[in-house]
Amino acid sequence: MTAQVDVKPVKRGIFTAMIRRDLTAAFRHPSDLINPLIFFVVVVTLFPLAVTPESDFLREIAPGVLWVSALLATLLSLDMLFQSDFQDGTLEQMLLSPQPLYSTILAKVATHWLLSGLPLTLLSPLLAMMLFLSSDGTQALMLTLLLGTPILSFIGAIGSALTVGLRKTGLLLSLLVLPLYIPVLIFASGAVQAAVAGLPIAGHLALLGALLALAVVLAPLAIATALRISLSG
Amino acid sequence: MWRWFHKLGSPKWFYAISGRWLPWFAVAALLLLSVGTVWALMFAPADYQQGNSFRIIYIHVPAAFLAQSGYVIMAVAGAIGLIWKMKLADVMAKCCAPIGASFTFLALVTGAVWGKPTWGAWWVWDARLTSMLVLLFLYLGVVALQSAFTDRNQAARASALLSLVGLVNIPIIKYSVEWWNTLHQPASLTLTEKPAMPAEMWVPLLIMVAGFYCFFTVVLLMRARVELLDRERRTGWVKDIISSGKS
Amino acid sequence: MYFESFSEFLAMGGHGKYVWIAYGLAAMIFALNLVMPMLKRKRLIVEQTRQLRREELHASDS
Repeated sequence: MTAQVDVKPVKRGIFTAMIRRDLTAAFRHPSDLINPLIFFVVVVTLFPLAVTPESDFLREIAPGVLWVSALLATLLSLDMLFQSDFQDGTLEQMLLSPQPLYSTILAKVATHWLLSGLPLTLLSPLLAMMLFLSSDGTQALMLTLLLGTPILSFIGAIGSALTVGLRKTGLLLSLLVLPLYIPVLIFASGAVQAAVAGLPIAGHLALLGALLALAVVLAPLAIATALRISLSG
Repeated sequence: MWRWFHKLGSPKWFYAISGRWLPWFAVAALLLLSVGTVWALMFAPADYQQGNSFRIIYIHVPAAFLAQSGYVIMAVAGAIGLIWKMKLADVMAKCCAPIGASFTFLALVTGAVWGKPTWGAWWVWDARLTSMLVLLFLYLGVVALQSAFTDRNQAARASALLSLVGLVNIPIIKYSVEWWNTLHQPASLTLTEKPAMPAEMWVPLLIMVAGFYCFFTVVLLMRARVELLDRERRTGWVKDIISSGKS
Repeated sequence: MYFESFSEFLAMGGHGKYVWIAYGLAAMIFALNLVMPMLKRKRLIVEQTRQLRREELHASDS
């Protein structure tokens, strides 16, 4: 008994259908969703414990710590992107179906972001407060997370797609993806630091926006190719 | 022209031709490197500010050039293999990776060693060293991905895609690291003296760069030939080579 | 010659340690890059000669 997806060869049809399906499936395993968030909170908590709870120091390192922690939490959540679909054969079906692969992939990345990047963004003000980040900084943090986490999802999806057929992919995935995350980290964290210093961040946000645009256009191509390669073994 | 391209896809033809070219490149590499090294160590003048540690430039700069071109060659070869399904291109890409990674490591360590007498620290987070470190990570990622697959062709295609993704990202990474660096470092000493280098300094540098490239070609061809023998072990021409025991 | 004597050459005006570490490492990397394919080739030929001999034996058996 195959699950019937509305077979309308219209881009919007498969996009929303895919998102709806993946979100429903994800909410059946709420622990998978909460874990990266808990990780985010725990990692941020480690810094005052490891160094000093002094507000001046924490305020200074807050932009970097918050962004690095968000980055690592995203890395943790990348497993869920393609793994389950790969194991039950749905991934193969996706590649064979007449639905435009671009929309399918876009939907998958969008779902991933809705389930990881967005919650991280919403949780960040709480953690920013714990690290004594100013309100300007917190605002910049949320904006950069909003723009940056989708980029992380796109780039992470490339790594995920390349390693989906392999065993023990955890460390390999991090090695592949982290160097590619560096520009996002630099511009986003730089923006938050600039905001804390009272400087304008429009330039930084524009750069992040440009990276996001690039990711939206190019990443799905790479992801599709990677999926085909992974499934051809 | 297409016939040449098609021939290029034939491992047997490549093995024969590379066998003829290899000695020439080896001789060229040996000559250039010996002349260059002697000139660099004994005849080139020391730098006014940095003294004799400046001589490290004759290793660091060629290694850095090779590190970067090596990655480009690897990515382009990978792309050719991916698009035209050419075995030889896959082999070239696979062989580039460890060689390029070793030169990146060399560039990194010589850059650090050079930094110690110049700036007093074994490591500084300046734009060039940091970018080179990220390049090393990119190389290691490709090598790691290659070895993670059991199917040789799948491994080649996956690492080709990864190196292409890396290639697209390299300018972005470099730009972001330079931008980051200008924020956090005061006007920094550039490790390499740019145009104001007298001939006694840049001629040996050029010779060393040429020597490094020739050496790269030599070891790449050596690796590629062995890899081809391995892949094509079931074919007649390889069996002939093995049984005749010739080089 | 830039240097007056061999000991001066080794000392490199106080920077000898750094220069020789750099050049020494370069020599090692060059050597490694040369030796590894040569070893792999030797291993491959030995392994394949053995394999071919085994196949010839089987062929003559059957």
